[in-house]
Amino acid sequence: MLSEFWKRFLRNKMAVAGGIIVLLLFVVSLLAPWLSPHDPLAIDLKKILAPPSIEHWCGTDQLGRDVLSRMIWGAGISLKVGFVATGIAVIIGALLGALAGYYGGWWDAVIMRFVDMMLCFPTFFLILAVIAFLDPSIWNIMIIIGATGWMGITRLVRADFMSLKERDFVMAARVLGAGDARIIFRHILPNAMTSILVAASLGVAGAILTESALSFLGIGVQPPTPSWGNILTAGKDNIDIAWWLSLYPGLAILITVLGYNLLGEGIRDALDPRLRRGR
Amino acid sequence: MLSYILKRIGFMIPMLVGITIICFAVMHLAPGSPTDLQTQMNPRASAELKERLRAMYDLDKPLHVQYGLWVKRLMVMDLGKSFATDRRPVADKIMERLPITIILNILSMLLILAVAIPLGVLSAVHQDSWFDRVVSVFVFVGFAIPTFWLALLLMIFFGVDLGWLPISGIRSLNYEYLAPGAACLDLVKHLILPVGIAAFGGLAGLSRYMRANMLEVIRQDYIMTARAKGLSEFQVVYKHALRNALLPVITILGLSIPGLIGGSVIFETIFAIPGMGQLFYMSVMARDYPTIMGILFIGAILTLLGNLIADVAYAVADPRIRVS
Repeated sequence: MLSEFWKRFLRNKMAVAGGIIVLLLFVVSLLAPWLSPHDPLAIDLKKILAPPSIEHWCGTDQLGRDVLSRMIWGAGISLKVGFVATGIAVIIGALLGALAGYYGGWWDAVIMRFVDMMLCFPTFFLILAVIAFLDPSIWNIMIIIGATGWMGITRLVRADFMSLKERDFVMAARVLGAGDARIIFRHILPNAMTSILVAASLGVAGAILTESALSFLGIGVQPPTPSWGNILTAGKDNIDIAWWLSLYPGLAILITVLGYNLLGEGIRDALDPRLRRGR
Repeated sequence: MLSYILKRIGFMIPMLVGITIICFAVMHLAPGSPTDLQTQMNPRASAELKERLRAMYDLDKPLHVQYGLWVKRLMVMDLGKSFATDRRPVADKIMERLPITIILNILSMLLILAVAIPLGVLSAVHQDSWFDRVVSVFVFVGFAIPTFWLALLLMIFFGVDLGWLPISGIRSLNYEYLAPGAACLDLVKHLILPVGIAAFGGLAGLSRYMRANMLEVIRQDYIMTARAKGLSEFQVVYKHALRNALLPVITILGLSIPGLIGGSVIFETIFAIPGMGQLFYMSVMARDYPTIMGILFIGAILTLLGNLIADVAYAVADPRIRVS
């Protein structure tokens, strides 16, 4: 099963490309202290808004800081936000989805109506409204993005649980005396992991996009901590003189999000080739 | 038909209640009461301001009473007074900006439809052709591109480098002195970038959906029948298949409303468009809580209404929905 998964995954060139992008990003963020050519926080007022050169490959920002170094450190921030936010969304979504799908009845009715109500809010509005009440620290950002992004996962997990709970192996577990918690977590949940994994990969992409938009608007990761979004804010402020501040960080976001999307879809196709049809 | 619409509206009522509860929770579950926060953030907060906050949210009363009073005010569209220096009623501030946001969103929705449907249909009809491949690359990039970055790049290119399009506001400074024709052109020029970019985000999703739908429909038996009757390929595809593939698009449009409204914060902020999104952004920056809560509530209501319209439109277009 696992080797077949790998065979199918490796045959899909786009998925492999996505996986490589994601791996590279991990390496870059882990090795940021050694990879970045300059100190990302070092201000050099003699080199304000210098265009790309051999010394500063991606130019410098409005305080003379090296943009490439800030982008390399920003990669780690993006990754952290993406993973923690998605982790929160997955935990909430999987738990609620499991309860709704497994118990049905009132549990299902209450949880799914709650999901419908949450989906009535433009997510970005909800995020901004909550941020207004809290300080925009990086932890708050992660929690808010996660706490407003679990609804899709709930629906997926619920659907999986509803079909899986009717299967023979669940009956067998019950006959052997397993309790609800054991059946949910040990027997059904591992079988629902496929869709969770795919949703998580796409979720990381979404969370990174959201974080960059928030930081761009000045309500996400706060300077001087570097983030791709807040470098772009400087890009907008200097739109007529410093194109490099706008071009490179956005490209980094684009490639990262593309990587997670390709990886997610690749995992889905490799795990369940039937889904590939019709797309 | 009427009974369907009534049933659908009846279904909205519990949703509406849920929306108010979530709004109320956002207001109160944040650590500390709004009063604490406001005064913490703002050392100059006077006793008068605190009093205003307390009166506004009835913070001295029990939670369920607070909620009841708040909902009662919502019913008469009393969203409170803004904390901004103008201290105007929040409802007025939102209403004067809402039309711009709605018009921009409708325009970008029309643009999405006009571009995404042909793209999706053509790439389904010519499955695996070079055109299909180009479109699918476009779709992948479209899903991944941060639209505010695209906005920046296009502003640099068309606004700064070429100087063809204005990059902020919805009209020029000398708008009032322009002839009607020139004024109209001025407006169009200001709208091209914001509407085009707002639409870009939705394009990828809809064209991909359209393609999948079309591929599904083409496999159906009635298409086989149409072919068997000897109809031309053109008639089969554009008369029989397209009509059926278009139906679910209505639902997708309904579902895309919250995304579009949410996105308006970003576009209106970048392009300095005086709509509801920009007001929301400014209120968040200024911690103008009554306005924030008002817009959050209105945003949810708009989504609810949009979904209602989409459902009714679907029922009009597809009799099967009405019967079941």
